[in-house]
Amino acid sequence: MTARILVVDDDPAVAEMIGIVLRADGFDTEFCDHGDRALAVFRETHPDVVLLDLMLPGRSGIDICRDIRAESGVPIIMLTAKSDTVDVVLGLESGADDYVPKPFKPRELIARVRARLRRNDTAAPSTVRIGELEIDVTGHRVTREGEVIQLTPLEFDVLVTLARSPGQVFTREVLLEDVWGYRHAADTRLVNVHIQRLRAKIERDPENPEIVVTVRGVGYKAGGVSS
Amino acid sequence: MKLRRRSIGAAAAAPSNRLAGPWRRSLLFRVVATTLVIGFGTVALLGAYVTSEIRDGLVSTKVDRVLQQSAQDLATAQEDIYASPAESPNALQQLVFDLDDKLRALGGEDRGLVLLKSPSNSSEVPLFPGGNPELVGVVTDDMRAAVEDGATQPWQFVELPDGSPGVVVGSPLDIRVAGGYELYFVYPLESEQQTLTLIQRVLGLGAGMLVVLVAFMTWWVSNQAVRPVRDAARVASRLAEGRLSERMKVRGNDEMATLARTFNEMAESLQRQITRMEELSRLQRRFVSDVSHELRTPLTTVRMASDVLYDARADFSPEVARSAELLSNQLDRFEALLADLLEISRIDAGAARLEFEEISLTDLVRDEIEGIGHAASKVGVELRLWIGPGEHIASIDRPRVGRIVRNLLSNAVEHAQEHPVDIGIASNGRAVAVVVRDYGIGLTPQQVERVFDRFWRADAARARTMGGTGLGLSIAREDARLHGGKLEAWGRPSKGASFRLLLPRTSRGLGQDAPLAIVVRESEFEALGPRKVVDVHPDAEYTESAP
Repeated sequence: MTARILVVDDDPAVAEMIGIVLRADGFDTEFCDHGDRALAVFRETHPDVVLLDLMLPGRSGIDICRDIRAESGVPIIMLTAKSDTVDVVLGLESGADDYVPKPFKPRELIARVRARLRRNDTAAPSTVRIGELEIDVTGHRVTREGEVIQLTPLEFDVLVTLARSPGQVFTREVLLEDVWGYRHAADTRLVNVHIQRLRAKIERDPENPEIVVTVRGVGYKAGGVSS
Repeated sequence: MKLRRRSIGAAAAAPSNRLAGPWRRSLLFRVVATTLVIGFGTVALLGAYVTSEIRDGLVSTKVDRVLQQSAQDLATAQEDIYASPAESPNALQQLVFDLDDKLRALGGEDRGLVLLKSPSNSSEVPLFPGGNPELVGVVTDDMRAAVEDGATQPWQFVELPDGSPGVVVGSPLDIRVAGGYELYFVYPLESEQQTLTLIQRVLGLGAGMLVVLVAFMTWWVSNQAVRPVRDAARVASRLAEGRLSERMKVRGNDEMATLARTFNEMAESLQRQITRMEELSRLQRRFVSDVSHELRTPLTTVRMASDVLYDARADFSPEVARSAELLSNQLDRFEALLADLLEISRIDAGAARLEFEEISLTDLVRDEIEGIGHAASKVGVELRLWIGPGEHIASIDRPRVGRIVRNLLSNAVEHAQEHPVDIGIASNGRAVAVVVRDYGIGLTPQQVERVFDRFWRADAARARTMGGTGLGLSIAREDARLHGGKLEAWGRPSKGASFRLLLPRTSRGLGQDAPLAIVVRESEFEALGPRKVVDVHPDAEYTESAP
């Protein structure tokens, strides 16, 4: 099955070029060049990955990101022309999984898209327990005392990666490699922002996390609140 | 020895320091103290002068009166003696007693009388002189000599037996057959003394009140003048803290109000200027951001198109294939240059924001060595990492510090001329230092001064193996500065160059001592700590010699 990619970008040349590159790699592509129509196109096309430019006519990329996140966990990769800290962090906080700063190389873009499409399909116990959480790896479901917690695929991947080796400390770099698929050191803010989002969903008290614990100066580990 | 002397000096200086402090610091204190000293001096001098004038006046009046009365009474006494028929010693004695009574009646109770026989009197008539025998000691020999010499009414200030001042007036008295006698009148000056004391007391009281009043007035007036200055200082320091809307209160229409108004106008103008600068800086940031976006959008297309061409170059004719290669390579360079330009203009506009996290410099430097190691080994440069004791954790912005280290490393590799490059890390309580040392072509002192200049190159004609935009070290230095740290260079021609990055570990700043010198000798790196071997193979996991 070929994956369908929705490209939301108002610059026709960039959109066309992205289309050429993606199709050359065997993806289906859909396009949208206006912020106001982005959500409607998303609902129509049911893409597997969304490539979202942040500066759009009409609704901004950040808002679209929030809209999509409100109804779907589909991977969103921001295309940012600005590498300003605030924009990137704002985008990540509004629900984007990853970002590619413009200008990018085709290979880079393909690698990011593939990393988002890759499923955690390594042979491993299909159910992992961490603290009060029960994680059904194959079914992509997380429950606490029978209650389902909605996680995006990315958040799910972060949680499963940590939960499979309880107590082992993962540096941000290792997480970037394991979850995001970066082979070289990249922006560790990706990790920080998504850990915060994950904690907000799974921790009883996100200020004092017990499941995803920070190891100062190193990284994160799954906490030992085992029953 | 030196120390002890200094401590004694300090002890001696302590009390004067207690006054010197407010003297230096407070204008008010200085003005009031000066007024008090000068006021006291003036009043004391004036008082002394007035007192002496009054005393002289009082005494000379008294002396005139005394002399006049003495002359009169003496004349009366002499007349009575001449008019008396007394001849016998008894009668003469009676005459003297009568005179004594009479003179006492004339001169009042206060006046003392002394009657002495002249030294030259050889008369045999025995006379009991009468008068006040307790006052005989008051009459001095000088006085008697003056009377003997026939001076008219000699007089003298004396001290009476009870210690109070007095005046003695003497004159000869001829008691006929009994021969020459000397009659002395002793006038007490007690009442004059009392008057003088009273006047002195009144004067002193007045002077004291005057000084206090003057001091108070001075304090009050100076305070009037100093308070607006203090207000101005307070408001100025608030302005300096950045509270630009702070203003002085304007009261009335006097000089102080003018000061306040002028001050406020200055503050107003400052605020306007600063707001304008902030606006400009905001516009600049906006411009940089817009340029960035506007340039990057077409560049994204060009970049992707070029890469598609580059990937398909095998299908092209050699000329077209080479063109695709050149296009792709130069686009890399163009992108790097654009990124650096945008970065430096962002720093210039003050728009750079740092995200601090606690990070081990050891890990960061190792990662960067890993990243560049492949390129280094291709040009035959060995990278050696030496790590001092302790954990080198600092609160830093990882991408920026990574960029600094990357820059120093590629710079060192580029100029190492196949010599090894040593990298040392050490830290103390306040700072972490990273020294990157190469033993290659080196730098002259003039070059060291310019090495951080934008677009400056040590040798414009020299081929560059590592690329570089000419902005790398400038940005690196700015990045270090943004952290509150320092980036310094050292170099000697053909001895190599050394760069030291100093970063504060916390927001407390760098502190006094650096953990490493700017330039470290090759042998000293070994003393720093164990060498960590970093596997530079591009796709391999790194390994450490120590677990």
